[in-house]
Amino acid sequence: MTELAQERFSLLSLFKKIPFSTRVVGGLYLAVLVLGVVFGFSIATLISASLHFFGVWAIFALANVPSIQSGTGPNFALPIGIVNGLLAMVLVLAAGFTGIWFIIVSSVTALVFGSLSGYLYGRLMNAVKGSEMAIAPYTGFAITAAFGLVWLAIPINHPNMVFFLGDGLRHQIPLDYFGANFILAEFLYFEVFGLEVRTGELLVVFVACLLMYLFFRTKAGIAISAVGRNPLFAKATGINVDRSRVIANMMSTAIAAFGVIVYAQGFGFIQLYDFPMFMAFPAIAGILVGGASKQRANVTNVVVGTFVFQGLIAIVLPVFSRALAGTDVAGVVNQIRMVVQNGIILYALAQMSKGGK
Amino acid sequence: MTTNISGEKIRAFLLDNIVTIIFLGFVVFGFIVSDTFTPSSFTNDIISRFFRNGVLVLSLIIPIMAGLGLNFGIVVGALAGLLSIVFVRYHYALFPGIGGLLLCFAIATPIAILFGFLTGKLYNKTRGQEMVASLIVGFFAGGLYEIFLLFVVGGIIPVTRGHRMINPVAEGVRPVGIRSSFEMGLPAGEMTGRGFQNEIPGMARALNNLWRIEFIYALAVVSLAVFAFLVIRRIYMKKNPAVLSKLNEPLWSFCLKIAVCGAILAFAIFSSGQIYYWYNELQNHPYITRLDLLPGISNFVVEISRVDRVPVVTGMVIAAVGLFIVYFSKTKLGQDCRSVGQSQQIANVSGIDVDRTRIIATIISTVLAAWGMIIFLQDMGHVSTYTVHRNIGFFSVAAILVGGATAARASVKNAMVGLLLFHAMFIVSPAVGLFVFNDGNAGEYMRTFMVYGVIGVSLGLYVWKANKAIKDKERLDRPGVVSEAGD
Repeated sequence: MTELAQERFSLLSLFKKIPFSTRVVGGLYLAVLVLGVVFGFSIATLISASLHFFGVWAIFALANVPSIQSGTGPNFALPIGIVNGLLAMVLVLAAGFTGIWFIIVSSVTALVFGSLSGYLYGRLMNAVKGSEMAIAPYTGFAITAAFGLVWLAIPINHPNMVFFLGDGLRHQIPLDYFGANFILAEFLYFEVFGLEVRTGELLVVFVACLLMYLFFRTKAGIAISAVGRNPLFAKATGINVDRSRVIANMMSTAIAAFGVIVYAQGFGFIQLYDFPMFMAFPAIAGILVGGASKQRANVTNVVVGTFVFQGLIAIVLPVFSRALAGTDVAGVVNQIRMVVQNGIILYALAQMSKGGK
Repeated sequence: MTTNISGEKIRAFLLDNIVTIIFLGFVVFGFIVSDTFTPSSFTNDIISRFFRNGVLVLSLIIPIMAGLGLNFGIVVGALAGLLSIVFVRYHYALFPGIGGLLLCFAIATPIAILFGFLTGKLYNKTRGQEMVASLIVGFFAGGLYEIFLLFVVGGIIPVTRGHRMINPVAEGVRPVGIRSSFEMGLPAGEMTGRGFQNEIPGMARALNNLWRIEFIYALAVVSLAVFAFLVIRRIYMKKNPAVLSKLNEPLWSFCLKIAVCGAILAFAIFSSGQIYYWYNELQNHPYITRLDLLPGISNFVVEISRVDRVPVVTGMVIAAVGLFIVYFSKTKLGQDCRSVGQSQQIANVSGIDVDRTRIIATIISTVLAAWGMIIFLQDMGHVSTYTVHRNIGFFSVAAILVGGATAARASVKNAMVGLLLFHAMFIVSPAVGLFVFNDGNAGEYMRTFMVYGVIGVSLGLYVWKANKAIKDKERLDRPGVVSEAGD
């Protein structure tokens, strides 16, 4: 009973103490939202756009929770998980699955592939303990480039998947040929006051977050958190540190593999080749905006951070284009995203060093 | 027992040089499977890339010395160089030719010092995570740079309508933003033909064209210098055994170096003589314009004459930067850098201002990167305004790692070897991609894979070895817990 009270108290204080990065990006988001309303956008349109981006990005941000909790740091090698998910989707499409079955079968395949590569990746991270974050990005880049060769050489001859001329898979595979676009997005889709709610997508995010929350209440989850908090102490209490870290990275990679399926159906096409290369950074920025730190990340960080950060990205283009009509704002939206996203990551890195001192 | 030790030694050598060996293998393989390269075309590609990227790669050494690791943040320096070029090129009529290029160096330096200072401050704030911070700061600065050139230029700073560098706009619309690409402008020496009569000379190859000599002459001079250096150093060391023991160069290694260098020198002198003779011969045949049409000339000489003439001044700049780095490492500041690189705590205790030293190391690196970028772009002659800086950090870091550097140790030699080997990989990878995958696009992915793979593998091996050394040390320190540490 007292534990419960304490937990409530800590949640309340957490709520009151909104992290700095959330305040900054949240403030920006609200400012752009207000600006949008001033310039004649309906608030429902803007929120709908934010929700759409949130739905497709939340799983990627969620993938960082286990790796952060285990002390490996944000998963800069998210592209490894993503290429696994892409491979799963490509194989499942080639095997002839369409519609909802495509989503189900490819999700299962992606989780299996992701766990296997996550195991190897976790072993790698154990070998380079202490410098995980320096090495992870290049591992992700290298795997993405290697899969560029896989997409070229893979023996699939489906007419809707290969280049019109020559061999190799297309850069973009449209899912509407397979009846597999917007499957989750259109599941229980409804509109209230112009607010478009993609129930299926949000439901998946909700369930994934719930499972993550519950996992960190289990013995394995608590062990992972303990390893992240203090590896020496964890070892002293009999926890297998390396094993916990491997499990965390398996989860992280598998979730990223699943995330790209949600992402692909949300936009209606699969993107191959260079697409996974820089996917880790927005996802990490998302969870960091939500207030995650070097060793602590939770589901709240994911939901709040991703909504605010991706929401900002989603509405900044339409709002600024109208507000600064006549100037070429469309050209700099991506740059604004770059600055906000990388600024947040740098800020978080500085916080980490402060904590580590 | 002895075979065991030598086997161990070979294993350690292979592990230490695994990246270099893989690259060497890749290049040799590419050379074998491809039929598109002639010795001269291959040499041309390598030479031009060597001079283009030399200073950029050298700019990485001092931060490594100071314990900052691989400074992917040289992108920030490259941006300083780019900004200065955009400014000078915008006022192309005021600053033509080599004068404009020198002005670029002058403008880029203070900007780079400021950027380097800020980057250094950031590295001090992200202590322990400098390498990932340097990667991210490159992206961050790139975003700011793009916003500046796309939006602030024209949006806030007024620009001339219809300028060849400004995005074209309809009548009545405010011109905003620099175009996605622009030319450096041909230099005076390359402007031939009628169309150029009213053109103002530009900055493309302005530095390179100041003085060019035949490749083979340059090779002769450089190999002679290296040969003399090796011999003089050996003689000097014979007289000062203390230095010899410090360098620890066995006799066989010295002999090998002398033999290789001597062979190159002999080849270069012989070929230089041939080239000199046949160019004189060309003077005697007024109706023959090309060397290969001369009667009696050998294919060998023609092939050598096909190698482009090398830019001496650019080479001297690279040599000067290399010598500066060697000199710097011997100054008080350089020694401070080394101590900081070894242990920040010990450096701090011995009275070194650690933060200041790290900032100075970053500033030097950033300034060198800015100069390197200007040299890079004057050689290219063409600027992709918003993309050209993106890969500078990755390619330079991969190059120095291929040359045998690690995150904690790098030398000018590593940079030079890496430049040659890395760019050789760049040149052969399309051929390898075509051979292995029978696809022209495969080379591009293979190249990207090699770049990131080499960074990942080198860094990974380095950290793995360091971790292993710590573990072994712990085991030795506490012999009682050997059995426990085993699991």
